[in-house]
Amino acid sequence: MLLAWLILIPLIGGLLCWQSDRFGNLPPRWIALASMSLVMYLSLDLWASGNYSLATDVLAAPQWQMELQIPWIPAMGISIHLALDGLSLALIVLTGFIGLLSILCSWTEITRRTGFFHLNLLWILSGVIGVFLAVDLFLFFLFWEVMLVPMYFLIALWGHRASSGNSRISAATKFFIYTQASGLLMLLSILGLVFLNHDTTGILTFDYNDLRGVALPPRLEFTLMLGFFLAFAVKLPIPPLHGWLPDAHSQAPTAGSVDLAGLLLKTAGYGMLRFALPLFPNASQEFAPVAMWLGVFGIMYGAVQAFIQTDIKRMVAYTSISHMGYVLIGIYAGGALALQGAVMLMVAHGLSAAALFIMSGQLYERLHSREFSKMGGLWSRMPWLPPIGLFFAAASLGLPGTANFIGEFLVLAGAWNTAPTVVIVAAAGLVFASVYSLAMIHRSMFGPARSEEPIEGSSPRELAMLLTLVASIVYFGLYPQPVLDLAAGPMARLQQIYTPPAP
Amino acid sequence: MNLEAIHILALAPLIVVTLTAVAVMLAVSWRRHHFFNATLTVVGLNAALAATIYVRQEIPGSLAITDLLVMDQISLFGASAVLVATLGCATLLHAYLEGLQDNREEMYLMLLIGAAGALVLTGAQHMASFFVGLELMSVPLYGMIGYIVKDRRSLEASVKYLVLSATASAFLLFGMALIYAATGSMSFASLAGVEHSGLVAAGIAMILIAVAFKLSLVPFHLWTPDVYHGAPAPVGAFLATVSKIAVVVVLMRWWQAAELGADPVYTTLIAVLAAMSILGGNLLALMQNNLKRLLGYSSIAHFGFLLAALVAGNEFSQEAILIYLLTYMAATLSAFGVLTLMSSPYRGDDVQTLGDVRGLFWQRPFLAAVMTVSVLSLGGVPLTAGFIGKFYVIASSMRSELYWLVGVLVAGSAIGIYYYLRVMISMFLAVPGKRRLDAARDWGQRSGGVMTLALALFTLAVGLYPQPLIELLR
Repeated sequence: MLLAWLILIPLIGGLLCWQSDRFGNLPPRWIALASMSLVMYLSLDLWASGNYSLATDVLAAPQWQMELQIPWIPAMGISIHLALDGLSLALIVLTGFIGLLSILCSWTEITRRTGFFHLNLLWILSGVIGVFLAVDLFLFFLFWEVMLVPMYFLIALWGHRASSGNSRISAATKFFIYTQASGLLMLLSILGLVFLNHDTTGILTFDYNDLRGVALPPRLEFTLMLGFFLAFAVKLPIPPLHGWLPDAHSQAPTAGSVDLAGLLLKTAGYGMLRFALPLFPNASQEFAPVAMWLGVFGIMYGAVQAFIQTDIKRMVAYTSISHMGYVLIGIYAGGALALQGAVMLMVAHGLSAAALFIMSGQLYERLHSREFSKMGGLWSRMPWLPPIGLFFAAASLGLPGTANFIGEFLVLAGAWNTAPTVVIVAAAGLVFASVYSLAMIHRSMFGPARSEEPIEGSSPRELAMLLTLVASIVYFGLYPQPVLDLAAGPMARLQQIYTPPAP
Repeated sequence: MNLEAIHILALAPLIVVTLTAVAVMLAVSWRRHHFFNATLTVVGLNAALAATIYVRQEIPGSLAITDLLVMDQISLFGASAVLVATLGCATLLHAYLEGLQDNREEMYLMLLIGAAGALVLTGAQHMASFFVGLELMSVPLYGMIGYIVKDRRSLEASVKYLVLSATASAFLLFGMALIYAATGSMSFASLAGVEHSGLVAAGIAMILIAVAFKLSLVPFHLWTPDVYHGAPAPVGAFLATVSKIAVVVVLMRWWQAAELGADPVYTTLIAVLAAMSILGGNLLALMQNNLKRLLGYSSIAHFGFLLAALVAGNEFSQEAILIYLLTYMAATLSAFGVLTLMSSPYRGDDVQTLGDVRGLFWQRPFLAAVMTVSVLSLGGVPLTAGFIGKFYVIASSMRSELYWLVGVLVAGSAIGIYYYLRVMISMFLAVPGKRRLDAARDWGQRSGGVMTLALALFTLAVGLYPQPLIELLR
């Protein structure tokens, strides 16, 4: 039941937030904070009490640390089936953490309709946790789609007008339609798989455990795999399917961007690791070179686009595309090291991208602009924020000592055996990452100041958020073992099913 | 064949509705009293609904009542759906007509006659009852659509519907005549298993055209937006739900009894109609700012979806059609309900543009929540009943490996969500000035409001836990 509570707490908390609106702006914020703290506490407790160490034979242990199955629509063989393993736990802890940050970072930013805002924020988190826990394909699809609605509201109602003049509603709609349409393709693949299983075994089921072993004719397997891949590719995102991302990010409120970059993009990576590869191992193997080169393309394209942006949030959005390219390479390269690296990088990028967006949000609250042209010389005008910004930029470019470095290094080292060419080209992308990260700092923090007027410094709340992020990025950069241990079991299992393609 | 007690029992819902119509007619001529007549109507409809449930328990399997009608699971399902939808329309009509400075009571009479026609259609297994039911249902609609005679648009819609409906009836009759000429029988089942001559094929095609008119499938949809626009909102609800449910049920029965699904010509024809309706309806709705017209276009697309399940013709099809019908009915009725609760003929035009509902959430949060739920359900977003319906339709098309049709379904949903989102978000935007139209403060305590709220709750409940409904329909 604990697993269901992880989903239900934000759901109920959201409703309370909505209704507590009438007592002022503060109650919704505190209720939201309390519910996410509870989720965070529960997930940390799960981590502490579970057995995720590498020492034991990971394959002999049961796959799920915890499971919950309740019949739901037996007529279609659908049940509410939630299960937890190290991979989901790592991402749920991340969700709890990012969730707390996204509530804290909107503390002063959102002053209109706080109740409804927090309802949407918490429901997004609830949907994301649902995605990380569901192992019934129908349920997974349901969470996948359902988290779009609150996100849509978040962008459409509390978003900012873009510099280019596009309305926030069109950005939100674009986000919704991209994800919804690609999600429907996934639904078709799910149905195809389910009916094939029905034809061979006579059992109608949507359960992940039952569907994993289905023997598929190669061509069909490839088609079905593509359905899943497209849905995840839109969300990850992989160019040229990234059209929604820059707009959604630049127009979303800070909390929305933090959730998008920190969590929603991770659901795609998770989906590949949990569903696309294990369900269709042969087709994925066949497809791996294409996927990896798409990853390389994403790295380069994201980097180049990031460099030429003039809007700081758009720029961070493009760096996400670039980083997700490494994740994609890590996932499809297979091999324990690369898979571990992909998970590590997802966590690390969740932290660093959230940090950069929070920072942009704080700058926006002070300057009322996200344009680099309105920044410049900030180093001399405000304390704290510029040096911390420099640190996050360094984390984003993958400086050793940060968690991002561990992730990228493991991905590249792990993929070397299977795809050396890809690794060589992708490693060049690291240079681009330094270029755009330093350019970002240079344009915003250094150079001549626009005015001599000092800017209000960070409040203790803002500082605490940023310093916690700094601490966690450094901690996992120096001692990544906890995350690696968590992911070890699931990744070893995945490696059994999915053998990387020969070079 | 003799009519025995059991046959009379099976006809109980129809008889009750007919008697209520007579009672209301007498009551109106005795004394004009809006509340009394409305109550009489609602009581009669409820009695008919109770009779349906009783019949369902008493008569298992199917029971033919002469050659004309049949009572089985499908017709009982259709009858209950028709009655519930009519009840919904009746409560909405009461809320709406309160503000009309004219005779109000005849509306209920026509509503009941229309419902009786729809009941005949749900049980029809013969061309004669098909035609009689269809006319009995359509003729009162002319009057209902044009009821606000002083409103030019209402009258125009009525005439438009009259002319096109008559055309459709002509097609229907001609088609029936051709089939009769070739086979010498008017029963649905007489077409099953026989070689179709050119004459029969032409007849079937003409009947399909008439049905397509009634379901407003592309390219026979041209009347839809204007009529939806001109009709008073509760009548629009009747048109969008009752009349369509009855026609779908009769189409389904004819399709099954005459075994039309076995012939690739007809399935292809229907599949093409479905695809055109899905794409056409959704595309035409994209830039629509008028909510009533938008709901009209959306209904075109929805019946395209429904036909896709009919084409699939496998073990899921019937379930898919019935569930889809029900979810569509609930969502459409509550959407029209919200529009009705906000408008009144007394205050000029109905609420119908996106601007009219702008910012509704911040003033009437629950009314806007009802509208949000119904719009999301129409868009097929998970956790609403609409998603379950859509899921079933897509699943049944996938099952029959109709891949191109599945592609159209997916494209249609992706396009459709755009305008549903537009409607939804406009209710949450800030209001520029003072609102011209607004729902009464106590809308939630009035019968129309309660009904709308109940439908929205039903939509959510089915979305969350569809199992009981699925079992009921099996």
